[in-house]
Amino acid sequence: MSERFLVEAVNDALHVEMERDSSVMVMGEDVGVLGGVFRATAGLQERFGADRCVDTPLAEAGILGTAVGLCMAGWRPVCEMQYDAFSYPALDQLINHVGRYRWRTRGGMEFPLTIRMPYGGGVRAPELHDDSPETYYVHTPGVKVAIPSTPADAKGLLAAAIRDPDPVVVLEPKLYYRAAKEEVPDGEHVVPLGQARIAREGSDLTIVAYGAMVHVALAAAEAVGDEASCEVLDLRSLKPLDEDGLLASVVKTGRVVVVQEAPRVCGFAAEVVAVLAERAIFDLRGPVIRVTGYDVPYPYWQIEDAYMPSVERVVDAVRRVLSA
Amino acid sequence: MIRVLPVEGDLRRVIGDGEKIPDGEVDGLGADELLALHRNLVLLRTYDERSVIYHRQGRIGTYAIFWNHEAMQVGSVFALADRDWIFPAYRESAIGLLRGMPVSTVLSWWRGHPAGWWNPRDFNVASICVPIATQVPHAVGFAWGSRLKGEDRVALTLFGDGATSEGAFHEAATFAGVMKAPVVLFCNNNYWAISTPLSKQTAAETLVAKAAGYGIPGVRVDGGDVLAVYEATRDAVERARTGDGPTFIEAVSYRAAPHATADDPSLYVDAERVEEERENECVGRYERYLRRLGVLTDGHAEAVRSEALELMRAGIAAAEAEPPADPSLVFEHAYADPPPSQARDLAELKRILGT
Repeated sequence: MSERFLVEAVNDALHVEMERDSSVMVMGEDVGVLGGVFRATAGLQERFGADRCVDTPLAEAGILGTAVGLCMAGWRPVCEMQYDAFSYPALDQLINHVGRYRWRTRGGMEFPLTIRMPYGGGVRAPELHDDSPETYYVHTPGVKVAIPSTPADAKGLLAAAIRDPDPVVVLEPKLYYRAAKEEVPDGEHVVPLGQARIAREGSDLTIVAYGAMVHVALAAAEAVGDEASCEVLDLRSLKPLDEDGLLASVVKTGRVVVVQEAPRVCGFAAEVVAVLAERAIFDLRGPVIRVTGYDVPYPYWQIEDAYMPSVERVVDAVRRVLSA
Repeated sequence: MIRVLPVEGDLRRVIGDGEKIPDGEVDGLGADELLALHRNLVLLRTYDERSVIYHRQGRIGTYAIFWNHEAMQVGSVFALADRDWIFPAYRESAIGLLRGMPVSTVLSWWRGHPAGWWNPRDFNVASICVPIATQVPHAVGFAWGSRLKGEDRVALTLFGDGATSEGAFHEAATFAGVMKAPVVLFCNNNYWAISTPLSKQTAAETLVAKAAGYGIPGVRVDGGDVLAVYEATRDAVERARTGDGPTFIEAVSYRAAPHATADDPSLYVDAERVEEERENECVGRYERYLRRLGVLTDGHAEAVRSEALELMRAGIAAAEAEPPADPSLVFEHAYADPPPSQARDLAELKRILGT
């Protein structure tokens, strides 16, 4: 075990996986000499050379498009998108090819690529450095999505993504890149996709969250205090979704608040609520309430705190469910 | 000995017109190779013409016609080794036939049947790419990745004039130049993107001019001249193999047929120009050239045509004899390791279908 920041755990995972498998390569803007704008890829080019840690042209669709061809040539590319909102040009490749090519070849070819990017707000950044784009990815057939909230999961989920035979998008909560050092297993560490984690045990209500919002959910559970015993379920992976883990928690508590940073309409919280409506309606003892970003463009940073789901908003939602 | 004749600026040509423009020849091509090129041209021409008929008979779905594009497809592929890969667009749907792919496979693709979805590794031919220009970065990544692995493989990707307006082309060509990828970017400029003429596609005087912006050498050839296409691609493949990186080839042609079976070109084309182009179409041009050389006889031409027609007859029969597709293929292969929800969905589908 070593104490590491979340971004250091990402870096550790890349070192370990590149050491373990010589077909793993890292590519992206400024990932080589600079080691990434957040230093997530620091030291990789020195260690593995410029052919396996590649500084690419500033072209996100080109990064993902050539990564498809690299897979066909036998590589396992790990593509860094420098920021959440900068990944949108690559959606064409993601939707039309990354998610379809395996199916299109009837399983003849695999596309074990990973796309990783820092996501989310609260970092006082210029416009379009703050998005939570997970819905676009989760909605794309053929693509899996993981979002860690802790340093250990950041390492383990990224390792799982790199080893997975399917394309996986990993969103890393940049607000927590260097928030706190936590224990991270040394060497090989894999957290399987599709296994949610109980971040806090409770019996009266489940707060479902992922990524940065797990921290808000935990703070809200504390703030609720003796009013209710809140469980916090960290989904960790949105696809595959750990429906059994979700249902087990809801059977126990009967009350649910779902928190997501992304705008509300058709966001992943809506999917969680739909799963509960289909599979847990008779276990529920009250309405399921979503706490999400608002359906507006992510705002200027002087007022971004008013947009972000806050501890106060989550506590308010918990009280509404409890009193219903 | 290569004779490159200056027609329309720097357009490279080998085949003359039998009158004022003399015929050239391409070094290294003997009678056998010349006749192999002819057989390939006739195969693709027959495929295309029969496919339009099959569509009208309701035996295949909407079909993208490639009539008069055969010289570009045959000439460029002839310059490759079998280990080299081809990344086609839908206009090159039958290019796999040049690699031994069964006719029934391509027809099945146009019939929307899973038998039409091949494993690229079986023929070194990537899947037919529908979204314009998006296969170009795949070819570049494949070529670059092969070079990194020390494998001697070149990638050829084909796309149209409209594709050069797409961001995917721009980003791919940028990568190709920077990575010195062993790739041939082959543009079949047929002057039309459905109803949009080249003049509305770009203000650039030629498409080959774009190559300079990526630091890539560019060549402009007559796309109706199978020998010029072959010779230009052979040069490009040689450059790629020896580590000199990518080449952009603009093959100038003309789309003398509808975009696809669902298209009505009478709304936008110049009928006179089309008539002119049809008279000068690429298969006939090459046959006249071979006859002038004394390489092609009437009997041989007839035999090649019969052989191609027979392949098509057998191909459509085989495609139509495919058993109905299993609906569970809706799910199969979407993931190597599918999410658990998929098993539930499949069970539900089977229950509803009663299977």
